[in-house]
Amino acid sequence: MSSFRSLAWSSVGKKVITGLTGFMLIGFVMVHLLGNLTLFIPDGGHGFNEYGHFLEHAIHGWLIYAFEVGLITIFIFHILAAVTVAWTDKRKARPKGYAMVRNAGGKSRKGLPSTSMIVTGITLFVFVVLHVKMFKFADHPAVTYDGTTMKNLYAVVVEAFKQPLITGLYVTVMVMLGFHLRHGFWSAFQSLGLNSDRYMSTLQVLARVFAVLFAAGFVALPLFLYFFADAPVPGGH
Amino acid sequence: MSQSMTINLKIWRQASGAADGGFVAYTVENVLPEMSFLEMLDLLNEQLALKGEAAVEFDSDCREGICGTCGLVIKGTAHGPHAATTTCEVRMRHFHDGETITVEPFRAKPFPILKDLVVDRTAFDRIQQKGGFITANVGSAPDGNAVPIPKTDADKAMDAASCIGCGACVAACPNASASLFVSAKISQLSYLPQGQVERGRRALAMVTQMDAEEFGDCSNHGECEAVCPKEVSIENIARMRREFIKGAFGK
Repeated sequence: MSSFRSLAWSSVGKKVITGLTGFMLIGFVMVHLLGNLTLFIPDGGHGFNEYGHFLEHAIHGWLIYAFEVGLITIFIFHILAAVTVAWTDKRKARPKGYAMVRNAGGKSRKGLPSTSMIVTGITLFVFVVLHVKMFKFADHPAVTYDGTTMKNLYAVVVEAFKQPLITGLYVTVMVMLGFHLRHGFWSAFQSLGLNSDRYMSTLQVLARVFAVLFAAGFVALPLFLYFFADAPVPGGH
Repeated sequence: MSQSMTINLKIWRQASGAADGGFVAYTVENVLPEMSFLEMLDLLNEQLALKGEAAVEFDSDCREGICGTCGLVIKGTAHGPHAATTTCEVRMRHFHDGETITVEPFRAKPFPILKDLVVDRTAFDRIQQKGGFITANVGSAPDGNAVPIPKTDADKAMDAASCIGCGACVAACPNASASLFVSAKISQLSYLPQGQVERGRRALAMVTQMDAEEFGDCSNHGECEAVCPKEVSIENIARMRREFIKGAFGK
């Protein structure tokens, strides 16, 4: 009788953890993208600020804390499981590598998205930390709508994306997110055992569609703000 | 009359598991296009024997692609550049006159090199011994259709059972994972009525042994399926995970 811990941290258990947390992170990214679409509304940031205000104050502010704790836990498990699979265990299992490696092609799914998962993954993690620091823990000016004063996050966001360097970096990292999802999306199904020859081709198409949609959405936001948003007014509204 | 070719080889030579190895260059002349890759190596060894040098050690047995004994990494791909072939089925017509071919052993920690291109694959046997069998006494061969098995199940079981245990999946996997081999053995029995008794514990026992042998974990690259001489599908790996999850929540 194996213990739960040894099963959960077995080679298959780690895949299940990576796949489950991967699905959760995809859900988070989806909600995040949908929420950020409010940035496209030409209302000087009213909708976006109201959305941020709602998130921070829903259920007396407890909603955001619950989600933050959940997300941090999910991130930790996703990263720990994936890094042991794609880095530490991998190195241990083949201490001496080949002089020559040529991909077999054919039915293989090996390619840049699959082999760069560890690179895109670590980049995304570093990005998330910096992204939270840059926007959540920024010095927000205040703005008042209909008598309610709230943080003017929009002003901080626009100010950031008016800088070509920041917009350029965001676009690069969001393309990497697309690559990560190209392999990660279908891989999560495979890791949880939710795949067979019947579903494989459909999942591959879905993975491509998901990757392109997410990357395009997150690339369009900073570019839109860079080119079309009005420069922030010093001192807010 | 086929034109004979000259083939340049870069072969991994290693006197023993403990010794340091390295590549040695050889040139083989009078190679015929219809020779198999192993016959070309036989030719090289004859030349080496005449010169009084030690022959290049490599594994082979049936030489018709059914036993799973041979296995080399040829030009960076396990079992050579063509799909659905074992090393013994690779023909020299796939290469051109004067070509340089790099030949390496299957590399994975659980497949230690014994000598030159020969690796010890008994790790696979130890995994099989943990669950790749049935304990029911099924007696002599039953009458046809006495045990009803749906055609699709029989086909899927046969597809999984076509695994010859050559180890190319491990060799080709960027992580040196044995998932395709283990999943084929688990799938094969899970489709058949005779395999149901141990079904709950089979996946747990075999995966635990796979990990104990220190094979790597799977990253779903699917390179294993592409090099598999029997084209065993990675849908078996998904099935292994289902069996594992079911087993983990079972008794």
